[in-house]
Amino acid sequence: MDIVRIATAGSVDDGKSTLIGRLLYDTRSVTKDKLEAVESSSRRRGLDFVDLSLLTDGLIAEREQGITIDVAHIYFATASRKYIIADTPGHIEYTRNMITGASNVETSIVLIDARNGVIEQTRRHLFISALLRIDTVFVCVNKMDLVGFDGSVFASIRSEVEALADKIGFAGALRFVPIVAKDGDNVVHRSTRMPWYDGAALLESLESLPVRRLDTSLPARFPVQYVIRPHSDEHHDYRGYAGRLLSGMIQAGQEVEVLPSGRKTTVRSIAFAGTRQDCALAGESVSLELDDDVDISRGDMIVASEVPARPLNAFAAMLAWMDEQPLAQGKTYILQHGVNRVKAKITVQSVLDIATMETRSEPSAFGLNAIGSVHVRTAKPVFADSYATVRRNGAFILIDAFTNNTVAVGIITEGAAA
Amino acid sequence: MSELNQFPRELEHEAIFIMREVAAQFERPALLFSGGKDSITLVHLARKAFYPARVPFPMLHIDTGHNFPETIEFRDQLAQETGLQLIVRHVQDSIDAGKATEETGKYASRNVLQTVTLLDAIEELKLDACIGGARRDEEKARAKERVFSVRDDFGQWDAKKQRPELFDMLNGRISVGENVRVFPISNWTELDVWNYIREEKLAIPSIYFSHKRPVIERDGMYWPHSAFLNTTDDETPFTGTVRFRTVGDMTCTAAVLSDASDIDTIISEIREATISERGARIDDKRSEAAMEKRKKEGYF
Repeated sequence: MDIVRIATAGSVDDGKSTLIGRLLYDTRSVTKDKLEAVESSSRRRGLDFVDLSLLTDGLIAEREQGITIDVAHIYFATASRKYIIADTPGHIEYTRNMITGASNVETSIVLIDARNGVIEQTRRHLFISALLRIDTVFVCVNKMDLVGFDGSVFASIRSEVEALADKIGFAGALRFVPIVAKDGDNVVHRSTRMPWYDGAALLESLESLPVRRLDTSLPARFPVQYVIRPHSDEHHDYRGYAGRLLSGMIQAGQEVEVLPSGRKTTVRSIAFAGTRQDCALAGESVSLELDDDVDISRGDMIVASEVPARPLNAFAAMLAWMDEQPLAQGKTYILQHGVNRVKAKITVQSVLDIATMETRSEPSAFGLNAIGSVHVRTAKPVFADSYATVRRNGAFILIDAFTNNTVAVGIITEGAAA
Repeated sequence: MSELNQFPRELEHEAIFIMREVAAQFERPALLFSGGKDSITLVHLARKAFYPARVPFPMLHIDTGHNFPETIEFRDQLAQETGLQLIVRHVQDSIDAGKATEETGKYASRNVLQTVTLLDAIEELKLDACIGGARRDEEKARAKERVFSVRDDFGQWDAKKQRPELFDMLNGRISVGENVRVFPISNWTELDVWNYIREEKLAIPSIYFSHKRPVIERDGMYWPHSAFLNTTDDETPFTGTVRFRTVGDMTCTAAVLSDASDIDTIISEIREATISERGARIDDKRSEAAMEKRKKEGYF
């Protein structure tokens, strides 16, 4: 069964939680007891309708303030697919959560209030979708009832978003759906109130999206996560290199290269929990045995010998800052690339103003929610690709060595060989 | 067989990746074992992750003393069959030491008390990571939980100070005194777990299947009658044909009337159920934010 991972984003009152509540409700993913709880909460709040947003706003502070604070994960399934929604808050101060939610998805849903049109947050969402190279963005123009179901309002928002996506350089597909999340129009079922719209309802479109397989045509990248050594009589000499294949495929008998040593060797066997298999595909957690005794430890990488990853110790990246404490240039951070950790220093080249899409070169303050292009220098090389070529091997996080917080995420744009 | 009955294998690869990250990033991890289907699934995943080596961490069971006897029997047998080390700490010891006080009244349970015993065990065993079977689909506060969830010295969860988790990179760096709760099956739903149990042919305690037992009816639910349950005079036990959808203590887990005696029937029952899994957990009904409040105090 296929899994479709989706991130949803919208501003405070765009009705995002209501939309998700509607998806759950109309796909009958809400059980009676949960629905009853929401009905009684709605009544207690003096509402004359069932507030479906209460299905997802789980924290006390969220319910008190009627807002979403943190990334919530929501699950539902149709007859053919399992959906995982990362529901992210829209306020500017929680943009880091939006990037977090969007980092694992191929599809995002952006909500726009039909009365307000494109706002700063729309811009930010589209930019992040472009940065993370999301395949498809659904733009749901919500609250169409409040603009009299006027098709021209929808059309003008649509052209505004298309122009914006061009300017930002969003290369994926844009799909537009006019909806009323509160009543369910065009969410799961097509609406009869907007005859000028001849497209599909949101869920119908989601059901027909091509599911992205982790691309097996990309070069093989296998970061060694853990070395399995049983030390038992039965498996005395067993040495299995355990990890999750990021991209491509590896076959038993294939020649591979081990980084950083550069040693070439052959894959003797591939096993999943003791069961041998002829090949491993991207996304699989397997363990490899190699023909030669090569010194390999966690953080090393086994790659296809014909297209090895480059060892990088200086490279350019787009960085998004996620911590209260701003970036300190010249400070040593811990850079985690996959499972590999190295020390790193960051120099800010320019900061992007998302409101105007202009870059400023004075790198004075690079604080929470800042996005900009940086230069990274590492103490030891990482074995990476650019995000554009091998997405799963082209990103990293920064950890503050003193607070241990994850303070930033970076997308590798180009590198210089070590 | 419809696709809905297929387990998405991607979730298993994700969980095994997380298990291996725990072994690589922490010095003294443990797997929190409750005897329920989710922790049984975790044990199976851990064995797969490290095969043919032994699982490099023990199981830790916080025994409230109010467990179903079937659960305890199953636990001991599983430990024996898998060769995993089993560590048991008792809520009764925390009560005897004056660290926790038994609740009174007809809703008395040791559910909240086990947090005290768990935090003591973490300190005593110097655990830096505890693997748990919580899933995000279970409850609203759990929907906001990370895969690596950092807890402070007092085991507390702070929703606003959670670390962002990007792509599949997990940051398990902690300061002295802190520890991490790890949830490898975060992205699984109840149905995923059952489909996995069926496809992997995992053994589970007998109380998940239909059986006859003495129950009482309270608040529209069927409570297992036992020496641990405080009953009122008008609550008369009778024999019901029931099964349990979730396994907690005998004092806080309600049964459902069911004839389901095999996994396939259980799965179709769940697919048609109008009540959620935790709807049978009396401990969740204490308030709208019961889970969030317990999580803040260091609950599982």
